[in-house]
Amino acid sequence: MIEAENLTRKFGDLTAVDNLTLRVDEGEVFGFLGPNGAGKTTTVRMLCCLISKTSGSARVGNYDIGSQEDAPKIRKIVGLVPDNVGLYESLTAYENLDYYGKLYKRTQAQRKERIEYFLKLLGLWEKKDAMAGTFSKGMKQKLAIARALIHDPRILFMDEPTANLDPESAKTVRDFILELKKEKKTIFLNTHNLDEAQRICDRIAILNTRLMSVGTPDELERSVRGTTTVIQLRRVNDAILDALKRLQVRNMVREDRKLMVEVVDPEEENPAIVHAIDAAGGEVVSVSVVGSTLEDAYLRLVRERRE
Amino acid sequence: MNLGTSLTVAAKELMVVRRKKSIIYSIIVLPLLVSVAFSLYINQAAAAASGIPSDISLGLDSITYFFVVLAAVLPASIAAYSIVGEKVEKSLEPLLATPVTDGEILLGKSIAAFVPPMLAAWAGASIFMADTDFATHDLLSYYYFPNWTSGVMLLLLAPLAAIFSIEMAVIASSRVSDVRAANQIGGLTFIPFMAVFLAEATSLIALSIVNLLIISGVVLVVDLALFFLSAATFRREEILTKWR
Repeated sequence: MIEAENLTRKFGDLTAVDNLTLRVDEGEVFGFLGPNGAGKTTTVRMLCCLISKTSGSARVGNYDIGSQEDAPKIRKIVGLVPDNVGLYESLTAYENLDYYGKLYKRTQAQRKERIEYFLKLLGLWEKKDAMAGTFSKGMKQKLAIARALIHDPRILFMDEPTANLDPESAKTVRDFILELKKEKKTIFLNTHNLDEAQRICDRIAILNTRLMSVGTPDELERSVRGTTTVIQLRRVNDAILDALKRLQVRNMVREDRKLMVEVVDPEEENPAIVHAIDAAGGEVVSVSVVGSTLEDAYLRLVRERRE
Repeated sequence: MNLGTSLTVAAKELMVVRRKKSIIYSIIVLPLLVSVAFSLYINQAAAAASGIPSDISLGLDSITYFFVVLAAVLPASIAAYSIVGEKVEKSLEPLLATPVTDGEILLGKSIAAFVPPMLAAWAGASIFMADTDFATHDLLSYYYFPNWTSGVMLLLLAPLAAIFSIEMAVIASSRVSDVRAANQIGGLTFIPFMAVFLAEATSLIALSIVNLLIISGVVLVVDLALFFLSAATFRREEILTKWR
């Protein structure tokens, strides 16, 4: 559905997006993670034909983003929820949606049906005649999503849809995205909310000007080598610490009666660690293994780029 | 370019403007005030003229020309609001993500900025001319309006002045992020037209048909140049990457 190859955008000397190559399949919820200034919004703008590329290529729904002829065709099949909702505050919720329906050449009957469907679905029907300027942030965000879907696009680009929303509104938006996923819409989700990405995305790409990694949330978690073994002891003394040092464990951290040891293969290394503690007269209360998280993967990849 | 799409954009702009009372008042009140003030003046002058037609006809053309100045002032407020207002509300990006072309958006906004002020200026001028004819017919023994001079002023120069004002507002809108600032900059477009008015008042030029056609020709050329400049300013890429 979306294919980019070496897609690059420069603003003068600044490279905002550097040789981005990725593929998003039909019906996929694709998370685009990255810190501020990573090039996420620029990528979305290029894919929606709002700004031009400097080099490389990309196809959205089999249309070329670099072609003047294809640009309007791409805009017809995509919907955009920008990071700033950009509603007409002095128009009502209904008028906002109706205007966009007209721009997408939908008939009056189609517009009426779609507007009613979305406003009811998003719990805004009672507020259809209220000015958008009077809405809360969450309501505005929901209205912006409805606006992006008014023409039934095949691909929905969402730029930080839950940023600045209270937890309840953020959940409503996330639940709505999951509903759209059931309708097999392709969703390209820009976010720096790791938890959100992990919960709703089929695959995630980590961008920091360049594409750092792409995969399912599980694949990304596994991409960070190493886990931590946490050993809770009755007491910690020098004999135990010396015994573990003799085992040459990596990155041992002591927190009161708790020892945290970095291991590569817990099944292989943990018995030896417990045995060494036992031999040194230590009394093990519990042993747990903490695996790497998406956050670990994200932070490592983003730091790698910085270094 | 699809005119229907531009009309959809224009209709939305007018719906927004209709709810901005300050803009509506300025568009309606100013021409009305000018027409009433000048009508009162003409009525008074006619009463005092004691049958000297030359006294009464003197200055009627310059008063009519004042509606050209109004046509250059009034559209700026709508044009500035419709572009800078969208900038402030950050509603341009989702609009630009639709299949609507830059030209269709610009034309729609221009239509919205052109039609109400021109109708208001023409309405004001019509009131003034009707009242003048009523007040001066007995003195002049003919109806002064309509005439070719007022026709050139109101049907040729005034629309060109309005277009000039809109194009200047579009260009100004790309450089400011405040509706009032854009309005003020756009409002300065009356200066060249006011200069002509003052030049006529001080007898530097006459508002003859030939002179008016020359002025219209100059404004047309400037309008064409500004059209290309404003069209180049109002491009997706420019708006999203360079507009402040």
